[in-house]
Amino acid sequence: MTKAAAIEVPTKGGFSFDLCKRNDMLLKKGVQMPPFRKTGTTIVGLIFQDGVILGADTRATEGPIVCDKNCEKIHYMAPNIYCCGAGTAADTEAVTDMVSSQLKLHRYHTGRESRVVTALTLLKSHLFSYQGYVSAALVLGGVDVTGPHLHTIYPHGSTDTLPFATMGSGSLAAMAVFESKYREGLTREEGIDLVAEAICSGIFNDLGSGSNVDVCVITKGNVDYLRNHKLPNPRTYVTAKGYSFPKPIEVLLTKVTMLREKVEVIEAGDAMEE
Amino acid sequence: MDLIQIRGGNLVGHESDSQRTQYPYVTGTSVIGIKYKDGILIAADMGGSYGSTIRYKSVERIKPIGKHSLLGASGEISDFQEILRNLDELILYDNMWDDGNTLGPKEVHNYLTRMMYNRRNKFNPLWNSLVLGGVKNGQKYLGTVSMIGVHYEDNHVATGFGNHLAKPILRDEWHEDLSFEDGVRLLEKCMRVLLYRDRSAVNKLQIAKLTEEGVTVSPPYALKTHWEFNSFKNPTAGAEGSW
Repeated sequence: MTKAAAIEVPTKGGFSFDLCKRNDMLLKKGVQMPPFRKTGTTIVGLIFQDGVILGADTRATEGPIVCDKNCEKIHYMAPNIYCCGAGTAADTEAVTDMVSSQLKLHRYHTGRESRVVTALTLLKSHLFSYQGYVSAALVLGGVDVTGPHLHTIYPHGSTDTLPFATMGSGSLAAMAVFESKYREGLTREEGIDLVAEAICSGIFNDLGSGSNVDVCVITKGNVDYLRNHKLPNPRTYVTAKGYSFPKPIEVLLTKVTMLREKVEVIEAGDAMEE
Repeated sequence: MDLIQIRGGNLVGHESDSQRTQYPYVTGTSVIGIKYKDGILIAADMGGSYGSTIRYKSVERIKPIGKHSLLGASGEISDFQEILRNLDELILYDNMWDDGNTLGPKEVHNYLTRMMYNRRNKFNPLWNSLVLGGVKNGQKYLGTVSMIGVHYEDNHVATGFGNHLAKPILRDEWHEDLSFEDGVRLLEKCMRVLLYRDRSAVNKLQIAKLTEEGVTVSPPYALKTHWEFNSFKNPTAGAEGSW
């Protein structure tokens, strides 16, 4: 006698979308999701004559509040590969950390320097399998044996290979700078200046970006991580010469009179030893 | 005894009598305006998009108003034409007074603000973002009004996508007393970025100049674009199989 009920087929693997359905149902009922920390960002990358330059601002937001004024958005992937992340901060951190450790294991296994396409493929296949729910938009750049590479990776898993790229809420402001001023064969100084200019454009014209400019210059065999390369939003005070207090009160006496006798503390160690 | 007849819960006629603008149909994209040494420069392309098709490619979105002003509009083209009709009437009445005084840009800007704000309050907005520039008695004036009635004046204004792509460039590179050539170069720089990055932009634009002497609207022309990056020629040279 066969059961009429449907047979429960266990899931073989892959992402389970049950919680996503639950979230949609809750949203329809009016339950609000708690705000998560987003990086609300300007991140950029460009290819110059000797390699790749990555840039990022340093503001992390939780809805309308700036929760971190000086966070690090340029993540280490490999000695020759770095990745800027925009979107949900936890997602960018987790996904870059995970792929970074996968790359390290791969380096031990192959005995060779990591390639940018390896990081690219690992990142894009992870993000695709989560169908855009891992909200990480990345700018991946590095120099390997095949040359300098710059890629953008979107939360759903698509990638682009570009000579210059911007991502995040400030991407339009930064792209306006790149589209008008980028040319091929920039020198190191010109490249750093252009990246800093694009990030500053995002910082001053986008509300989700702010604070300082981080720059990372990757060339063959060398990386320069210029943390806080520019600080265009310094803490300012009302007057340049600081606060001046009125004339201090005259000291009449320097004798100290105890108000109460000092209390001697009895050693309680013996009592405890029972 | 009911003194007032209430039909359909509405004191002022049945709700289905009135039409309200819910969404635009034929739209123009960004307009950019700047003040320069001798007056005002406004640039806009000539595209009229019908949703995602670029339906009309010769829409003049910058028009002179009276003797002293220029009006550029983005958004619903039919609402722009309605605004022009209203302004026409305004200027006509002003001319009929024949009292030696003419409406300047400040006055026209105020009129437009009132018009837009009052329509918005009736939940039937004119779906436009306007750029109003003018020169009167040597005074340069450049202002903007949005479809909800937000208005302000500034040395450089932009509507639509121009806010995101052109404003950063203008904030950085605009300065007092730009020459005509520098002003045009700055506007072209902004229009080029918009052409690259705004999907509803077309490569056919007009730049209008307004000085104390009068208005000149340039004939339509196209911008040069640069696509010859080495990385574009073979983008996936180092990343076989990706795109």
